[in-house]
Amino acid sequence: MNDRLLIGTRKGLFDIRRTRGTWTIAATRFLGDPISMLLTDPRDGTCYAAQALGHFGVKLQRSRDDGETWQEIPAPAFPKDTPDGSSVSYIFCLETGGAEQPGWIWCGTIPGALFLSRDHGETWSLNEPLWNVPERKEWMGGGFDQAGVASICVDPRNAGHITVGVSTGGVWITDDGGKSWRASVDGMYAEYAPPQLRHAPQMQDVHRLVQCPSAPDTMWAQHHNGVFRSTDGARSWQDVTTIRPAKFGFAVVAHPSDPDTAWFVPGVKDECRVPVDASLVVARTRDGARSFDVLTNGLPQSHAYDLIYRHALAIDDSGTHLAMGSTTGHLWISQNAGDSWTQVAGYLPPVACVRFC
Amino acid sequence: MARVAFTANLERHLACPVQSAPGDCVRAVLDNVFATHPRLRSYLLDDQGRVRRHVSIYVNADHIADRDRLSDPVNDDDEVFVFQALSGG
Repeated sequence: MNDRLLIGTRKGLFDIRRTRGTWTIAATRFLGDPISMLLTDPRDGTCYAAQALGHFGVKLQRSRDDGETWQEIPAPAFPKDTPDGSSVSYIFCLETGGAEQPGWIWCGTIPGALFLSRDHGETWSLNEPLWNVPERKEWMGGGFDQAGVASICVDPRNAGHITVGVSTGGVWITDDGGKSWRASVDGMYAEYAPPQLRHAPQMQDVHRLVQCPSAPDTMWAQHHNGVFRSTDGARSWQDVTTIRPAKFGFAVVAHPSDPDTAWFVPGVKDECRVPVDASLVVARTRDGARSFDVLTNGLPQSHAYDLIYRHALAIDDSGTHLAMGSTTGHLWISQNAGDSWTQVAGYLPPVACVRFC
Repeated sequence: MARVAFTANLERHLACPVQSAPGDCVRAVLDNVFATHPRLRSYLLDDQGRVRRHVSIYVNADHIADRDRLSDPVNDDDEVFVFQALSGG
């Protein structure tokens, strides 16, 4: 059971700790600076914080003393003379490589690209095979002006098997550590696309893609127009129609050991991105999406307009603690798998990401 | 050598004192600054070496015209002033 949370917000990083059963803000870092993504590497304890400075660009900070002090390290950057003049505008996700790859960090960016560092972030290289897939030219912005790699799932059984989610650009799989990629969206559909392109990879807006760590063939996707589940390692996807009260949303987390359990935070729909009936709820399935519980205990049930961004719902290693931060600066924690929630903070800046560590 | 000054807002992130640097255009002047302050480059320029969208550079009272190649001429008695645009905060 984890006793610490890092929260990345529009105006800084907040370090939340549980002492004697109470969660409090223990420290604030980078006050005033937007934090787009956080990572604590369980292999060595190193913390990473990605900044999206409004004027001065993307920056990456690293701490090797549990967040006490931070050092700026190089941020991923496109090679000079990249044909379409690309420049990293946002670090969208950070994930560790495999257990046998110390110091390896994968980074997804806007525009939609994947970078790899093999040395704790000291140097980065663009994954050119993914950047060069012909379909990338047709990827589109999903909430941002340009497409972004929003999710990276490194298979715990084989670190060379990686599945990424692109918003908007589908699901892509490599079996050889990133040397080659194939789209894998069989079963997904895009209601918003021209009919001929309804099933095209580039049309699939995968807001968030997650994997059950102990059953990695089970994956969940919160897509722009619904929820999809795969039980064959993303080779095929089943439309989840049972989710309540709506199928739109951004965030999803998978239980660390139970492949039938996952949590979502639905919103009305894409053109009205607020909770259904202004009542914030979490949708949980414990039976592989055959049914969903709508969890409300401790969450605001009237005039709540909080949206939970795709990286702002987190689960701890035990599967009992969840945390979520909202666009209106609320932070809730559940210590019983979502059955009830406690508001830990109510006046934070808009929350971009939440991570247990 | 041109005098190069930076918005005080940059000091929140890294040291960038007023300094003198040689060069006959903005690119050359800044490259000389970056030679001694390498971290500064990514704060002012994007991955392709263009001025970041929300950074402004003036030579004396004139906003530079070439934000991609930074070819605007600079004379020895000029001041290059770098500040954050009012957009983009």
